[in-house]
Amino acid sequence: MKQYGWGLPLAASSYAGSIDFGIYLIHAVMILIFVIWGVFFTYLLIKYRKKTGVSAERDETHGVFKSLIPDLIVMVFEIVLIAVYAIPVWSKIKIDTPASGNVNTVAIEAQQWSWNIHYPGPDGKFGKTESKYVHFSNPIGLDYNDPAAKDDIVIANELHLPVNEPTVIELTSMDVIHSLFIPEFRLKQDAVPGMKIPVWVKPTKIGTFEISCAQLCGMAHSFMRGKVVVQSRADYDAWLKSHEPQAAQPVSASEAF
Amino acid sequence: MSQDSHSSSKPFYRYFFSTDHKVIGLLYTITALFFLLCGFMLMLVMRWQLAFPGSPIPFLGRILSPNLAPNGVMTPDFYNALGAMHGTIMVFLGIVPLGVGGFGNYVLPLQIGAEDMAFPRLNLASYWFFLLGGLLMLSSFIMPGGAAQSGWTSYPPLAIINPGQTVWLFAMVMLITSSLLGAVNFLVTSFNMRAMGMKLSRLPIFVWAQIVTAFLLLLAFPPLEAASVLQLMDRIAHTSFYLPQGLVILGMRHIASGGGQPLLWQHLFWFLAHPEVYVLLLPAMGIVSEILANNTRKPLHGYNVIVGSMISIGILAFVVWAHHMFISGMSAVLSDFFLVTTMIISVPSVAILTSFVFSLRGGSIRFTTPMLFALAFLPMFGIGGLTGLPLGLTVTDIYLHDTYYIIGHFHYIVVPGSLLALMGGVYYWFPKWFGRKMNDTLGKWHFWTSLICMNGVFFPMFIQGLAGQDRRYYDPMAALHSVPTQPLHVVSSVFAGLLFLSQIPFIYNFFYSIRHGEKTDDNPWQATTLDWACPSPPPHGNFTKPIHVYHGPYEYSPVGHKADWIPQNEEILA
Ligand code: HEM
Ligand SMILES: [Cu+2]
Ligand SMILES: [Cu+2]
Repeated sequence: MKQYGWGLPLAASSYAGSIDFGIYLIHAVMILIFVIWGVFFTYLLIKYRKKTGVSAERDETHGVFKSLIPDLIVMVFEIVLIAVYAIPVWSKIKIDTPASGNVNTVAIEAQQWSWNIHYPGPDGKFGKTESKYVHFSNPIGLDYNDPAAKDDIVIANELHLPVNEPTVIELTSMDVIHSLFIPEFRLKQDAVPGMKIPVWVKPTKIGTFEISCAQLCGMAHSFMRGKVVVQSRADYDAWLKSHEPQAAQPVSASEAF
Repeated sequence: MSQDSHSSSKPFYRYFFSTDHKVIGLLYTITALFFLLCGFMLMLVMRWQLAFPGSPIPFLGRILSPNLAPNGVMTPDFYNALGAMHGTIMVFLGIVPLGVGGFGNYVLPLQIGAEDMAFPRLNLASYWFFLLGGLLMLSSFIMPGGAAQSGWTSYPPLAIINPGQTVWLFAMVMLITSSLLGAVNFLVTSFNMRAMGMKLSRLPIFVWAQIVTAFLLLLAFPPLEAASVLQLMDRIAHTSFYLPQGLVILGMRHIASGGGQPLLWQHLFWFLAHPEVYVLLLPAMGIVSEILANNTRKPLHGYNVIVGSMISIGILAFVVWAHHMFISGMSAVLSDFFLVTTMIISVPSVAILTSFVFSLRGGSIRFTTPMLFALAFLPMFGIGGLTGLPLGLTVTDIYLHDTYYIIGHFHYIVVPGSLLALMGGVYYWFPKWFGRKMNDTLGKWHFWTSLICMNGVFFPMFIQGLAGQDRRYYDPMAALHSVPTQPLHVVSSVFAGLLFLSQIPFIYNFFYSIRHGEKTDDNPWQATTLDWACPSPPPHGNFTKPIHVYHGPYEYSPVGHKADWIPQNEEILA
């Protein structure tokens, strides 16, 4: 299957299928309703066009109830959609997020106009960050006095993920609101400054995908791109290993400014 | 008191300071049509960039300042400014003033049999706040810092750090004030100035639509006015209602003290802006009701259902706002609540649409020019409404949110939906305004070309949205997933250009017919409502004889009556 074309992109996460199912189903029903409705509408326009000598007949005899039947059908369809589809699937994707730490976890700090991907390193713990340490060599302001920070890896615009494992992404922003959009995963979540929002994804295909920013974030909004590299667990570990910092250089606040 | 301003002989005073609701209504109509044209032209410039990213804009490119378009190629900041201003102008300076200020002001007092609005001077103040707010908004393009560039939604922190936003906020405060003054006036007028016998159950649907709209404006705008003032303070007084601690902007620590919440703005904004969607829609539905009843020559099917649905929409509109925020970071559990309310609000909308369709049954349909516009509203609003379904459903919205799908969806509601109906309203009430008709041949040309072009502009956006194309993108080719559907941007832009051309017959027809159109009598459509029971155009004070109402609004084709309509004020002696 082609990655991008006319229509939905390749589906590459565990829940992409359920989202696509909804999109296809609703569109099928929408088209069906519109066609039936359109035929009826056209029929009425032709049948009841003005004819000389024939006056309009008032329809006091047709009950109002009959005209509410389409409404009832729509209502039933919507109730079923909500109950068996929207609420359970939404819970699975957005509410029942695995606790970070129990599964593979990365953090993303968005900024104008790049994605800082932050891996916790071998200790599995994210170092503290503080705005006063931000520096072009330390884009997210890691506090190197914190022992947990020493092995952390920070890389711009390149998100590596192991395949077939859930990963939790802790999303935040340093400046304005951005939105992490990975079309192949059907994943979208705003990154809001001052908030840490966890999202999870389980990639199901090895490959390279795209990160888009989906929330207007200023001048270079459309150029705020990143890539996602989904690898086997072994390749992912090897990649992490090769990016571990050799010896962490602490940057003090006075140096940073 | 309103008399003296009217008897003033200087034309400027007579037109711009008249307190007569009809003069104000026409001023609103013409001003709003002018702003709509401005907003449309901004979009044409953007459509060039979307179709041919990075190539110099023809003609305009050479005259634009190099700050905005070096070598004729627009900058991202200018693109964002055009986008934000397009949205703002179309919503707040175009459709709402046309539907409420224009049609509402002119037609509502006539339809209830009143001499004027309850507060004529407030009405004039409302127009002036609108005009000055609108001109201020437009003038921001030539102010230092330029126009606002944070979208019509103006989410902080972006809106607080971006240039241009201060003027936007000042202008918004004026526009909101204008709408609030208007809303109070409409409500008091509708409830207190009705003619004898004009019971609520005899009000034309148009009036009901305006009443619900006025309630929406009155209750939804104050929070946005307050929210805008807070945002203004964040910009100019360094408060931080919307700014959290520790922001680092392009490597610099931001000086605000922090402690604020960016999502607070979104809640306050959408608390207005969802009801606003119905403010864009309800007046159009009111117009469609009048035109449908008149041209099917039978009563509307389900008057009570339509009125009841409009009122329920008016109430429910206040509890659906956060469906715009499913992925904003708001509690995901809360989303389930807004999912349910959103699905509930679709029920009355469907009821209105089905009532309209059933109104055709048994009719004797005259395909007049206004009728064509009203009929086209039905399927177009249908498309807009149906495509709202996957956006209102939390799960599918994850993928579709902030893509071109949503742009397609709301434009279908607002352009081939509301705007088309409003244009139909112009053709319908033109004889009332000027005692002359607009030309039918030009009108039909205008209708068919507009309808086709609008679909040509907006339908491709659904396909782009499904392919994942992000909205508000200066360079649509920057995203790999948008490249395959890029040709659709060209299609859309070509149709936008043609849409512009198809407005020329309308503009010409409008101004030509004011003086040279075919003369009509007072009630050329043989309509039942009171707006046609006075001379066309109505004199100051509107009615030449006392009005007493005896019937419901749509007594068409009554059994055993020789004419096929009975005016609301005609007493039938048994
Ligand atoms: C008739 C011609 C129109 C065309 C060709 C058009 C086209 C567009 C396009 C392509 C966008 C997306 C821009 C982007 O994502 O960068 C847009 C945005 C928008 N349009 Fe229109 N539009 C038209 C009329 C209207 C009308 C009548 C309204 C009235 C409500 C309207 C309201 C908006 C709003 C609110 C936005 C969002 C602006 C933002 O992102 O901040 N448009 N329009
Ligand atoms: Cu961004
Ligand atoms: Cu809404």
